[in-house]
Amino acid sequence: MSEAATPRPRRERPGPLEYLRRWPLRIMVGGTLFFLYLPLITLMVFSFNDSRRNIVWEGFTLKYYEKAFSNASLIEAFTNSLTIAFATTILSVILGALAAVMLWRFRFPGKTAAEGGMALPIVVPEICMGVAMLVFFARVMPWPQGLPWPANLGAIIIAHTSFAFPFVATVVRARLASFNRELEEAAKDLGASEWRTFWDVLVPHMQPGLIAGALLAFTLSLDDFVITFFTAGPDTVTFPVKVYSMLRFSISPEVNAASTILIVVTVALTAIGLHLQNRNAQKTKA
Amino acid sequence: MTDVAQNSLDAPALRPDARGKDNVIIRFESITKRFGNLPAVDNVTLDVREGEFFALLGPSGCGKTTLLRMLAGFETPTEGRILIDGKDIANLPPNRRPVNMVFQSYAVFPHMKVTDNIAYGLKMDGVSGNEIRRRVDEALELVKLGGLGERMPDQLSGGQRQRVALARALVKRPRVLLLDEPLSALDAKLRDQMRSELTSLQKKVGITFIMVTHDQDEALAIATRCAVMNRGMLAQVATPSDLYEFPNSQFVADFVGRVNMFEGVLEKDEQDEAVVRCADFSAPVYLDHGVTGARGTTVWVALRPEKIEMHKRAEGQTPFKMEDAPQGANVTPGIIREIVYLGSETNYEVELEGGRRVKTFRSNLTRYDQEDFTHNEPVWLAWHACSPAVLLS
Repeated sequence: MSEAATPRPRRERPGPLEYLRRWPLRIMVGGTLFFLYLPLITLMVFSFNDSRRNIVWEGFTLKYYEKAFSNASLIEAFTNSLTIAFATTILSVILGALAAVMLWRFRFPGKTAAEGGMALPIVVPEICMGVAMLVFFARVMPWPQGLPWPANLGAIIIAHTSFAFPFVATVVRARLASFNRELEEAAKDLGASEWRTFWDVLVPHMQPGLIAGALLAFTLSLDDFVITFFTAGPDTVTFPVKVYSMLRFSISPEVNAASTILIVVTVALTAIGLHLQNRNAQKTKA
Repeated sequence: MTDVAQNSLDAPALRPDARGKDNVIIRFESITKRFGNLPAVDNVTLDVREGEFFALLGPSGCGKTTLLRMLAGFETPTEGRILIDGKDIANLPPNRRPVNMVFQSYAVFPHMKVTDNIAYGLKMDGVSGNEIRRRVDEALELVKLGGLGERMPDQLSGGQRQRVALARALVKRPRVLLLDEPLSALDAKLRDQMRSELTSLQKKVGITFIMVTHDQDEALAIATRCAVMNRGMLAQVATPSDLYEFPNSQFVADFVGRVNMFEGVLEKDEQDEAVVRCADFSAPVYLDHGVTGARGTTVWVALRPEKIEMHKRAEGQTPFKMEDAPQGANVTPGIIREIVYLGSETNYEVELEGGRRVKTFRSNLTRYDQEDFTHNEPVWLAWHACSPAVLLS
């Protein structure tokens, strides 16, 4: 009797935009997170596994990290990778930014072709790029062998830059679309030369795009396997190539440990980049 | 001069600061600018004198902004010369011209704080650090932004950003300051305030200002002289009151202020009397001044709404005669068809016998309108013989 008098508070139906309160979307989001992150977490967890075969959990250990750090060829591959990534980033940002400014600013015959041609490395299958690079460095412009480090990495850096800079150009170009041309005119009106205008007005506007482009170039270069595999010589092994060759013998936790380090480095760099970009976006939004 | 015309001379046209300085500072000599084959500016010859607040007025696409941008150096004339202080500036790039511009979007550099924005031009000129600081502070005070120097542009309101743009241009002490639609991005209240501030600022710094605007109210209120442009050509160059009271064409009469326009034929034209017969009125229109046109010429009679008086008309009554009107005052019957109450005034649309509608308005001088005009009420419309402008084109 009294129960009927005080009706139980009924759960409200989800509002039209409260997608997360509807089960199909919850399943979608849950599934995405599961398949996206569980493999990574598994990899990290098993890097601490005290087992040589690394199939069942047998106890916590740090010895595979020790082993990875004392593995001279692994460290060398890691150093190579970082060096290549840094060099590629710098070259791609400069080339990409200049290409973006050129395509945004000027009209010239063959502009459409140039635009399309620049997007080619983004769409061409990586394996084709790899083979092309192999042929190029074998027949057209052989990179001299036996150069001292880091000059021996030149071929790989060139290869990486050629596929990374279009990404930078695309990002910077998108950023330039929002540029107010009156800013440029204002700078000139106030007495700035063409060159000063570029540095004082255009570059600050491009900065978030440059940072985002640099991040892209860095990560693309750091984890590239296919193209590197075709251009690397015996003395220029990079980290992904090294991991691949280690896997051919056994899936030891050492590989997991090395991969975990790579993930941590990449995530840290991305976080720094995003932080810089956010701070900048806040400063320049107007 | 007729009494109406004399009253109108109280307008800013003869502000004391506009008098007595007539050395030409900027001269456009048959300037033509074509984009492709389209002339944006068509054979414009124009002088701007030192100390003027000059307005380039016209509808969008009339070439006024192009003219301003040619002066700043962002466009090159296809033909003709531009002289500043008598010197041809064709070969000077924008960064070396003695003019500075306030852009429509203000174009305040978003990544620099206010003081850096203002100092930018001085830095480009190689002015010393101490001098820069002194002049930036001065400029901040001038535009009433004291204390906001450390702010970033995104921490400022639209009005404040505009002041930064003004200070940034004025701090360089240009010969001429160019303003591209300076008030169009502000809301109505702020716009009124900035209008009067711009005028007093110009008086204070004594620099020649050239403003581009499509808003005729703005031009009339601020400028000492206006050039009305239409389709790339100058339609009329005159003081605001002359533009309003003595337009030289239908376009100017219609673009500046509200107007009733009647097409008619010139029947009589003498030294101090003219008669125009319009299809819209049963009686001919009398004017107490000559028109200088041949008999039979097609003319347009332009009549401003505020120059029309409205009086009650009872059935069967003889036509009203204006008591103080000179001989030949014009009277025509009509019926009120539309009433729009605006607070300070009320707008009426009165239908004439021929079906033509005429705009007029009455100021609401008392809180209760004694006469209380209503819809569909028969009225007399009357105007002085000196009120209409007769246009030949």
